[in-house]
Amino acid sequence: MTVGIGGWGARRKPMALVRALLRTDVTDLTVVSCGGPDVGLLAAAGRIRKLVAPFVTLDSVPLEPHFRAAREAGALQFEEWDESMFLWGLTAAAHRLPFMPVRGGLGSDIPRRNPRLRTVTSPYEDGEELLAAPALTLDVALVHMNRADVRGNGQSLGPDPYFDDLFTEAAERAYLSCEQVVERFTGPPQSLLVQRQNVTGVLHTPRGAHFTSCAPDYARDEAFQRAYVRAAGEPDAWREFEARFLTGDEAAYQRAVEAHCAREGAAR
Amino acid sequence: MTTPGTGSGAGAGTGIGDGTGTVTRAEVCVVACAEAWRGDGEVLAATAGTVPMLGARLARLTFSPRLLLTDGEAMLLSTPEDPASAEGWLPYRKHLSVAARGKRHMMMGASQLDRYGNQNISCIGDWARPVRQLLGARGAPSNTVNHPVSYWVPRHSPRVFVPRVDMVSGVGHDRAAEAGGAAARFHGLRRVVTDLAVLDFATPDHRMRLASVHPGVTVAQVREQTGFELVVPDQVPVTREPTPEELRLLRGVLDRQGTRDREVRG
Repeated sequence: MTVGIGGWGARRKPMALVRALLRTDVTDLTVVSCGGPDVGLLAAAGRIRKLVAPFVTLDSVPLEPHFRAAREAGALQFEEWDESMFLWGLTAAAHRLPFMPVRGGLGSDIPRRNPRLRTVTSPYEDGEELLAAPALTLDVALVHMNRADVRGNGQSLGPDPYFDDLFTEAAERAYLSCEQVVERFTGPPQSLLVQRQNVTGVLHTPRGAHFTSCAPDYARDEAFQRAYVRAAGEPDAWREFEARFLTGDEAAYQRAVEAHCAREGAAR
Repeated sequence: MTTPGTGSGAGAGTGIGDGTGTVTRAEVCVVACAEAWRGDGEVLAATAGTVPMLGARLARLTFSPRLLLTDGEAMLLSTPEDPASAEGWLPYRKHLSVAARGKRHMMMGASQLDRYGNQNISCIGDWARPVRQLLGARGAPSNTVNHPVSYWVPRHSPRVFVPRVDMVSGVGHDRAAEAGGAAARFHGLRRVVTDLAVLDFATPDHRMRLASVHPGVTVAQVREQTGFELVVPDQVPVTREPTPEELRLLRGVLDRQGTRDREVRG
């Protein structure tokens, strides 16, 4: 199954949905993502067969430890894309086109490392030969919004919509989690990012992007992210992290985070 | 030197804020970065790293007033002195459009750079099974074939300046020429600023050249810290020092907390 995950790096990732995915036995995934800890958690659990991404980062921590470890162990296939190729691959899928032409990637090692990439020649006078970014068609998309209604309309109130609308448009089925379910939307019409005809299911998951940021509802939990990075560096510490945070349901996760923060706050 | 970021009198009497006092290496680097955008018109000065960010803001406040700057997320700054001021919206997707349109000059980082300016931020070692996985190519491939690109290397060493990069994320002059056509059409690397020197590609075959050494640095030192043979002119100038006005802006307005010194040793 090919799963597209919205957000960007450690920003507005549908982490509650990723944690839900970890509680299933779904595996052998192709993951399409502007990667952050979503990729890290799935890689740590051995669920990713192939990753399609232009980068994986935690923003304030530049390198994602589980992704690094998986790559260095040869534990996943990596299709490394350029960012503009990624945008146009999702757009092609959303428009039901086989590819979109793009300049980015030409001359670099991206096409050399990825033999399925082809070029396309302009039929017009310029005759330019460009990369044909293949459609990133998804079976499932997962995105997290600030607000949604029960019909599947989603509102993004932060400064950046990332590619979340494109993810829902490129997917056969899309699941939208949100901070708040509302009956009526308020705020500027431009913030109504995701449309219900592209959404299969809506889930109410308060703090569902934790520990990534979800502006303006909350910022990234930097202290927790650091704890995650520390735990990822050592097998015993990671088993303990998993046991503490990832064995129960979403409510148990949020309670464990609260308890952890209270304890760390007292220690500070 | 670190001073508190609050209060207009921060650092008074120490030379901080009034443009006097000893110029640090980091300050020379900020100005050398700023110089990358000299002569650029109304284009986005995009940056990765503290020193290039300060350089772009300094250029905007002095000799390149039409530059566009971001807050590092989704807003365009209307006044660089005030990170909360916005003159426009530039979310990620629009950023990519600006790049594709060519209205951008980005100063990126580099884990590896070779003599033709091929850059690597993807991984170290064999790509198929890297010794050290890094960030991934990010937008380096599209940046380098769409608009001017410069690089910032806070620690000039043979680990960064290598004969051959392990993965070409950012396209160098030889690779752009080899690919030709659409890849070469808008390609143009400008300069590489390091903690030791300024390098450029102003040679007939676009090989990397030593353009200047920072005050107190010798040509031999730069050669020693470079893992390939640099083109070195007979006379190597010394990188210019910041003007008193630039020092005043940098110390008193743009970086009162001295974050620049955390990125550059010495």
